[in-house]
Amino acid sequence: MTVPTRTRGAIAATGLTKRYGETAVVDDVSIELPAGGVVSVIGPNGAGKSTFLSMVARLLPMDAGRVVVDGDDVATAPGDVMARRLGILRQDNHLAVRLTVRELVTFGRYPHSKGRTTAEDRRHVEDALDYLDLTDLGGRFLDELSGGQRQRAFVAMVLAQDTDYVLLDEPLNNLDMVHARGMMRLARRAADELGRTVVAVLHDINFAAAWSDRIVAMKDGRVAASGTPAEIMRPAVLGEIFDMDVAVHQIDGRPVALYYT
Amino acid sequence: MSTTAPAGTASQRGAVLGICLAVLGLVVGAVASVFIGVSDVTPATLWSDDGHARQLLTVSRLPRTVAILLAGACTAVAGVVMQMLVRNRFVEPSTVGTSESAALGLLIVTIWAPGMALPGKIGVGAVFAVAGTCLFLLVLRAVPIRSVVTVPLVGIMLGGVIGAVSAYIAFRYDLMQTLSAWLTGDFSGVMAGRYEMLWVVAALTVVVYVLADRFTVVGLGRDTATALGLGYRGVMTLGLGVVAVTSAVVVVVVGALPFLGLVVPNVVSLLRGDNLRRSLPWVAIGGAALVLVCDVVGRVIRYPYEIPIGVVMGVVGAAVFLWLLLRKAPDVG
Repeated sequence: MTVPTRTRGAIAATGLTKRYGETAVVDDVSIELPAGGVVSVIGPNGAGKSTFLSMVARLLPMDAGRVVVDGDDVATAPGDVMARRLGILRQDNHLAVRLTVRELVTFGRYPHSKGRTTAEDRRHVEDALDYLDLTDLGGRFLDELSGGQRQRAFVAMVLAQDTDYVLLDEPLNNLDMVHARGMMRLARRAADELGRTVVAVLHDINFAAAWSDRIVAMKDGRVAASGTPAEIMRPAVLGEIFDMDVAVHQIDGRPVALYYT
Repeated sequence: MSTTAPAGTASQRGAVLGICLAVLGLVVGAVASVFIGVSDVTPATLWSDDGHARQLLTVSRLPRTVAILLAGACTAVAGVVMQMLVRNRFVEPSTVGTSESAALGLLIVTIWAPGMALPGKIGVGAVFAVAGTCLFLLVLRAVPIRSVVTVPLVGIMLGGVIGAVSAYIAFRYDLMQTLSAWLTGDFSGVMAGRYEMLWVVAALTVVVYVLADRFTVVGLGRDTATALGLGYRGVMTLGLGVVAVTSAVVVVVVGALPFLGLVVPNVVSLLRGDNLRRSLPWVAIGGAALVLVCDVVGRVIRYPYEIPIGVVMGVVGAAVFLWLLLRKAPDVG
C-alpha cells in the first residue's frame, strides 16, 4: 500500500484514557510507536493492553485523549480510509455466521473491494491463505475447524486486508508451539519484507523478546516500561511489571526469562 | 457439503446451474398450483368454456400463486437479514415481535384512520414494526444472554405482550377477526388489486441482494464491521427498515407466515453457509418453495375446504425449529 506524501508516521496516542465506572482501565497513556518493525505489548492481566489496542483500532470510544495514525485522528478519519490503513485481530473471534475459510479471508478484502472482488483481491486472499498454511482448508467451514486453525484463519483475514498497521490481540491464543513460532515468524516477515508495522499483545515474554524490535509493558492502565528487548528483559524491570521474581538467563545470546517455578 | 474448489469460474457456473434448476422446479410447481382448487380450472377449460375459468385464473389463481412466491421468498430473506443484524440464528420477524408490532400498528390505524389508503396503512404498520424491533434490541441489551436460545425466547415473550395489547384493543373495537387474519397467513383472500404491494417488497429484496456483502459483514459483528470500514449503523438501519416493511406488507396482504424466515435460512446455512452473496438466492427459492408446498397441502388435505397456510406453516415450522434447537449444536452458535 502506498503512503502518500504525508510523512510516513506512527501510531501516536496522547492522554489516552478509558474508564469503567471509577476504575481507569487505560489511564492517561501517551506513547508513540514509530512505523516499521514488530512491537510487543506485554503486561499482567487487566493491565489494559486489549483496551488500549481496541481504542487505537477505533473499536472502543475513548473517554479522553486521542490516537493519531499517520497523521489522521482515528476518531474522525473516514472509516473506510482507516480500514485500508489499520487492521486488527481481536481476541474473541466468535462467529454467528457460517463461512468457509476462503470466504472469511475474502471479507478481509472488503475495504478494497467493497464486495466486488478483483483478480488482485483473489491474489491477496490466496497469498494470505498460503502464508498461514491454510490453502488446503480454504473450502472448509470455520465451524469444522480446530481452535488453532480458526485462529489462523482470522489472522489470514487481517493479513489479506493489506494494511500498513496490523494490530494483533493475543495472536498466539489456541496455537501450539509450531504454529505460535510460525505466527511470530510471519509477523517478523510482514515487518521486514512487506514493511508493515505489527503491534501484538503477547503473554509469553520470551516470544516477545525473541521476535520484537520493541516491547511496551503495561501495568494498571499505564505504560510501565518501554524499550528494546534487552532493556526490558531484566529481572528488576520484569519484577516491577509482573510483581514476581523473574530470573533472566542469556541462552545462545538471547535473554530468556524463567518464571515457571 | 463443503466445496473445496477455489472461487473460480467452474464452481460459480455450477452454482448458477443449480439455481437455474431450482427456479425451474419452482416454476413447474407454481404452474401446477394454479390448477389446484375447487373451481374447475384446467388447461382444457381455459380454452373451452365461456371465459369463466380465464377470469378466475387472472383474478384469483395467478395473483394467489404470485403472492405465494413473493411472500415466501421475501419473508425468508427478511428472516436471514434479521439473523445477520441480531447475530442470532433463531430470530425472525415472528420470533422477535416484529410481525405482532406491525399488526398492532395496522389495528390502530384501522380504528383511528379507517379511510387511509392502503400504502399509508402499511407505512404505519412498518413504523410500528421498526419500533417493536428496536424495543426488542433494547431489551436484548439489558438482558444477560447466556445462550443463543435466550434471544428468541425474549423475542417470543415480547411478541406475546404486544400481541396481548393488540388483542385487548381488537376485542374492545370488535376487530378480532381482522387481527386474526393478519396474524394467520392465508392466501385464500388474495386477489388482483390486493396483492400488488408485494412487488414493492420484492424490489426491497433485490436491494438486499445487491448489498448482500454488507449484510454478511454486519453479521460478522460490530467490531469486525468497523475494522473493515463498514458504516455499521447505516446498514443496521437499512436492514431494520427492509425487515419492517416486509413484515408489514406480508401481514396486510396474506398474514404472518410463522417460522418461515427461520427455518429456510437455517437449512440453507447448513447446506451452503451464510455468505449471503452465495446463499441469498437459495434462501429466496427455498422460502417460495416451502410456502408453495404448504399452501398446496393446506388446500388438498381437507378438500374442498382449506386450512390457512399460517396453520400448516406453524406446524411444519415449529417441528423444524425444534429439530434445529435439539440437534447437536455446533460450537459456533
